[in-house]
Amino acid sequence: MSLGHALLGLLERGPGHGYDLKKAYDDRFGQDRPLHYGQVYTTLSRLLRNGLVQEAGVEAGAGPERKRYAITDAGVTDVETWLATPEKPEPYLQNTLYTKVVLALLSGRAAAGVLDSQRAAHLDAMRVLTRRKTDGDLADQLICDYALFHLEADLRWLELTADRLDQLAERIGR
Amino acid sequence: MTLLVAEDLHKAFGPTPALVGAGLSIGAGEIVAIMGPSGSGKSTLLHCLAGILRPDRGTVRYQDVDLGSLSDGKRSELRRTEFGFVFQFGQLVPELTCLENVALPLRLAGLKRRDAESRAVEGLARLEVADVAGKRPGETSGGQGQRVAVARALVTSPKVIFADEPTGALDSLNGERVMTLFLGAVRASGTAVVLVTHEPRVAAYADREVVVRDGRSREVERAG
Ligand SMILES: Nc1ncnc2c1ncn2[C@@H]1O[C@H](COP(=O)(O)OP(=O)(O)O)[C@@H](O)[C@H]1O
Ligand SMILES: [Mg+2]
Repeated sequence: MSLGHALLGLLERGPGHGYDLKKAYDDRFGQDRPLHYGQVYTTLSRLLRNGLVQEAGVEAGAGPERKRYAITDAGVTDVETWLATPEKPEPYLQNTLYTKVVLALLSGRAAAGVLDSQRAAHLDAMRVLTRRKTDGDLADQLICDYALFHLEADLRWLELTADRLDQLAERIGR
Repeated sequence: MTLLVAEDLHKAFGPTPALVGAGLSIGAGEIVAIMGPSGSGKSTLLHCLAGILRPDRGTVRYQDVDLGSLSDGKRSELRRTEFGFVFQFGQLVPELTCLENVALPLRLAGLKRRDAESRAVEGLARLEVADVAGKRPGETSGGQGQRVAVARALVTSPKVIFADEPTGALDSLNGERVMTLFLGAVRASGTAVVLVTHEPRVAAYADREVVVRDGRSREVERAG
């Protein structure tokens, strides 16, 4: 995720202090990982340097937390371009799970056990997300669903691979 | 407290072995998902657990009573009074309204029409389908129909509900609605659920899962 673009997007609603931005970000996107102030101020000074935001008044007192920032026209264009550009689909072709399964087979260990314990860990994670979704608001639901669909895709792969272990063992032929 | 235990179940349909040593144990109020590929024996296991099918070998005990020792009549009485059922579809009587469908198990248990229907109205409301009370099942959407079926399964306050792919015929959003309302209701009433599903996102509503593969069941090791 590009923090710079997220902060710019939040600034489109109107100028704000670094603190306001951190709070707005944490409320909407922070979930279990709130931003550090350091990250916010480093990002804001980069945006300032690149002309994507400008200072919009400084309150009495010292320190970066007194500054208000406003988005510039260049900043608005930057957000627009970012939103219009699709993210690169990540196919995750070389994943750790596949490597573990192959290495287990090569070394004569129980590859089915590797798949089983991974499957159990995935379903545990899905149960936690499902509970959180059930107790949560729409934002929680959408965020949890995103994670749930990804975990489900992994699980399908684990199941399919479990059904093809014998074939795979033959193919890699030790 | 253990409510239902099955051990070493074997069942064949002619030459086809459906169960070859399956087992499962479920405590009061517990929600257990039975997962596994299609044809692995999930439904057969559920039918044996619920006393719908007699296993060729192995035992099923409900509250310490061996289902195999009961007469057919006693077993169907047990199913009517202690168990509830939700299937993928087609379980509601098409000629009756949704309200009459939900009231039906209570009518069969001897309740007066008015009492049965007033409890059915509460049940429909809890599943948020009070508005289809006067409609026939054919006039409702798939998601509403399944919520009516859940209301009917719950209306007799059973100890266990057996649900076989309850969201199997629904799209994701309607499936989620059914699962959320279903699970909310059973958790509130402390009803145990045996939930057969091949969908991980549905299984994630349960407390734990049992995997069936080639007629054998396996309790999944907790990781960490
Ligand atoms: N009534 C039946 N008559 C004949 N074969 C059956 C019957 N019910 C199930 N089977 C067979 O038993 C096996 C397990 O079926 P089932 O329990 O329905 O699996 P699942 O619910 O996991 O898809 C399958 O091979 C299926 O074809
Ligand atoms: Mg089935």
